[in-house]
Amino acid sequence: MVLHWLSEACLLAGSFLLLTGALGFLRFPDIYARIHACGVTETLATSLILVALLLKSEAALPQVKLLFILLFLMFSGPTASHALAKAAWQGGVRPRATRDAGERPASPAGR
Amino acid sequence: MRYTIAMACVLSLFWLLNSGHYNAAMLGMGACSVLLVTWIVHRMQALDHESTPAHLVLRLPRYLGWLALQVLASNLDIVRRVWRRETDIDPVVARLPLPQSSDLGRVIYANSINLTPGTLTIDMGEDYLLVHALSGDLCDALATDEMSARVSELER
Amino acid sequence: MLTLTVVVILAVMLAGLARAFFARNVYDRVLAANLFGTKTVLLIAAISYLFGSPDFLDIAVVYALINYISVIGVLRVTEMRVIAQQEDKG
Repeated sequence: MVLHWLSEACLLAGSFLLLTGALGFLRFPDIYARIHACGVTETLATSLILVALLLKSEAALPQVKLLFILLFLMFSGPTASHALAKAAWQGGVRPRATRDAGERPASPAGR
Repeated sequence: MRYTIAMACVLSLFWLLNSGHYNAAMLGMGACSVLLVTWIVHRMQALDHESTPAHLVLRLPRYLGWLALQVLASNLDIVRRVWRRETDIDPVVARLPLPQSSDLGRVIYANSINLTPGTLTIDMGEDYLLVHALSGDLCDALATDEMSARVSELER
Repeated sequence: MLTLTVVVILAVMLAGLARAFFARNVYDRVLAANLFGTKTVLLIAAISYLFGSPDFLDIAVVYALINYISVIGVLRVTEMRVIAQQEDKG
């Protein structure tokens, strides 16, 4: 019974975070800021919803699968967003930054 | 060889946990696929000290627990920024030092930065990280080096 | 509550799709596609519990892997194209 309500609470919080992420995704001004907004949905919202589902299941096998999904997403999410940011940077898209570290010192070729 | 056997064991465990069918035919097919993948990876010579970081296993849980708290805190911060009427962001691009010497330590540090929303690694050089942060104070928090020190400790 | 979550996920996916259509550059599109992909994984997992058939979870695992590979693949292609353009200029 306690587990049931805990799971419901996780689902509610996760849904709210998903909405927040989507709102930030639509509102933020440039690609880098939007990646941050997506990060919200990718880390905490995903964990909350998967944990909620984990609490809902009785059998062990689905729980293990949910844990695997969580693990994959936690590994792939940051790597994908880094690849995206790097590709955008190399493609010449610059963020609207107020304090800037300037250009990279070394030659960009070879990496 | 040690790493190959370890990977075969991990793959078998992964297969068993995902399958749920334990009759002879299915187990045989599982064994075949594990052997095939192990052979391919062995041929690629992709296995070494770095791709099977057994030395990290003991220290990792503590770091992951700390990281989870950081992720939680920064998530709440971003949520607050999104729901303000004027989106409260002041993006900063900064160069941070990268003291970790091993590739694995660098990857863990950079990915930890990515995993906490609000900070994002754009590029990585020999001894620096190019980091985009959603606001100046997030960037300053990173520059205090707590995360970096913890990763260095993990790496040792 | 599970129904609500599924509806929210669908709405977020719709927003991502709309963004992908009206995006100005390729990176925005890939970001939207990435969002769409991770939400697909969540949607399949949630639906498998909504309909009470945990077998769907296997599909969610596969989607989680495919999504990652596709993002990296698309970005590799765009990076190669940028490098090729730079070589053309210089």
